[in-house]
Amino acid sequence: MEFWVTQTFNGISYGALLFLLAGGLSLIFGMMRIVNMTHGSYYLLGGYVGLSAIWRGGNFPLAILAGALVIAIVGIVEWNAFLKRLGGQELGQVLTTMGFALIFQDLALIIWGGDPYTIPVPAMLSGAYQIGQLYFPVYRIFIIAVAALVAVLLWLVLEQTRVGAMMRATVDDPEMARGVGINVHGISMMVFALGALLAAVAGVVAGGFVGVYPGADFEILPYAFVVVIVGGMGSLKGALIGSLLVGLLDNFGKALFPELSYFTLFAPMAAILAMRPTGLYGRA
Amino acid sequence: MIFFLLLVAPPFLSSFLLTLVTQALIYAIVAMSLDIILGYTGLASLGHAAYFGLGAYSVGILATRYGAGFGITLPAGVFLALAVAAIFGLVALRATGVYFLMITLALGMVVWGLAHRWVTVTQGDNGISAIPRPDLGLPWSLALSIPFYYFALAGFFIAFWILRTIVRSPFGQTLVGIRESESRMRTLGYHVWLHKYIGFVIAGGVAGFAGVLWAYYNGFVSPVELQLATSVEVLLMVALGGRATLIGPALGAAIIVFLKNLVSVYTHRWLLILGAVYILTIVYAPEGILGAIKWRPKKVKPKTVGVEDLTEGEIGGSV
Repeated sequence: MEFWVTQTFNGISYGALLFLLAGGLSLIFGMMRIVNMTHGSYYLLGGYVGLSAIWRGGNFPLAILAGALVIAIVGIVEWNAFLKRLGGQELGQVLTTMGFALIFQDLALIIWGGDPYTIPVPAMLSGAYQIGQLYFPVYRIFIIAVAALVAVLLWLVLEQTRVGAMMRATVDDPEMARGVGINVHGISMMVFALGALLAAVAGVVAGGFVGVYPGADFEILPYAFVVVIVGGMGSLKGALIGSLLVGLLDNFGKALFPELSYFTLFAPMAAILAMRPTGLYGRA
Repeated sequence: MIFFLLLVAPPFLSSFLLTLVTQALIYAIVAMSLDIILGYTGLASLGHAAYFGLGAYSVGILATRYGAGFGITLPAGVFLALAVAAIFGLVALRATGVYFLMITLALGMVVWGLAHRWVTVTQGDNGISAIPRPDLGLPWSLALSIPFYYFALAGFFIAFWILRTIVRSPFGQTLVGIRESESRMRTLGYHVWLHKYIGFVIAGGVAGFAGVLWAYYNGFVSPVELQLATSVEVLLMVALGGRATLIGPALGAAIIVFLKNLVSVYTHRWLLILGAVYILTIVYAPEGILGAIKWRPKKVKPKTVGVEDLTEGEIGGSV
């Protein structure tokens, strides 16, 4: 019983982290059909920028803000300079963004070195709540709260605002959206920046939890992709359910079948895709 | 000409260069096999390293654990890659475009995950080391670099010959037709899915063959061989050399292998340079080197976007 509760809790909190990372990626996919191999780098660089902010005397919220802003700018530059011209060319997108991912990986190594770091978290977020025999680390609860907040905000923006309606229109049919006078390029750039920003937030938050270290970018990238493809590209609900599913499968897989853990994560994903190639909530 | 140079080259090359050429030949086989799906059929796969790795791991496990010879490891490696490609193809080919990319990525991660975590079989991140070179009963020991070079060269020629025969056959021409317009080929009565499937499985098998050679060349296999970055690197080789040319991807493989090894001699910052090569390839040579050099008669090629709509519109209009 204890095992199940703890593992479920851990799975949900990891899923929450994945949602921060993959929510934006899913919107990017849905809207622009861009395969972005740099998304993991945004996560890694976000963590490092947050770390630098703290080294220079900043506090934790400032670290999140710094990571988010810097990476959003990086995303906007990359989008404007290269990606917006590659619409519909999957191979070009994969190779260009992979090039950026390698460059960012090496730059991070030059700037921050090869040692792993942990981002210090404020005292009020450390420690754990105890209920009977069970311990629930405050920081994991914090991650779940942040993800829930982001999910609600994204939902409000997408469903309740004018900009959100434009975004949904662009996801549904870019040509028609352009036809009725929506600035599709502007909206796309905004969504791309938003995705990069959320990935950076995930990176800083994860920095207080699993740490920031070289290689984290390519370690987390497949997870983000899997969340998006299982949930269905462009669907917020899909991203949310996909994140929880992947978080739980990953946790239970690692706890129950350590040797086959990745297999127990990716094989069910492949099975879902075999039945629904566009993911749970995706449209063709 | 190039083939002749490859045959007579060894005495003129230092042993370092010779090992690089050997390495390039093996990667050329992987790149050419991917060209069948990417170049000829028009499907970008993000999981091609899986089949390469399956071939390599078959050798690693069979040769070190059971002392199996080349006569067993070769068919085992190729068969395993073929079998896994046959299963993965069923899943992946339900999708096209971005979805195909993503599904092949997830499937590639399944294989990578096994190599990475199934420690009792694959030894995890430590990899399998001390794989002995095969003994073919020839008077020359393949442990030496020149005989092994010819061994790899023979493998390259065989793979090239098989793949060239395939792309020049009616089957290969059908793949090109599918790439250009799937709906048209379907209307003409071709079994589109089956053609794609067979192409996919063959590509997997040939990549597995390359993996077998690689395990013997390197004497060591690890999850690095089948990670995502390797799959993308093979995509780069094909794109850099020129899609749907076979020899282009082989050239691309040679360039990348040489670049990686020579640049890393001079600087630790070779990832920066490799990253730049990725971006520059797409910016300056989106059709690859051969595509840029080759004079092409002006093709009547409407913009790719909307071709299908146009065709359907025409059909609708004429009815």
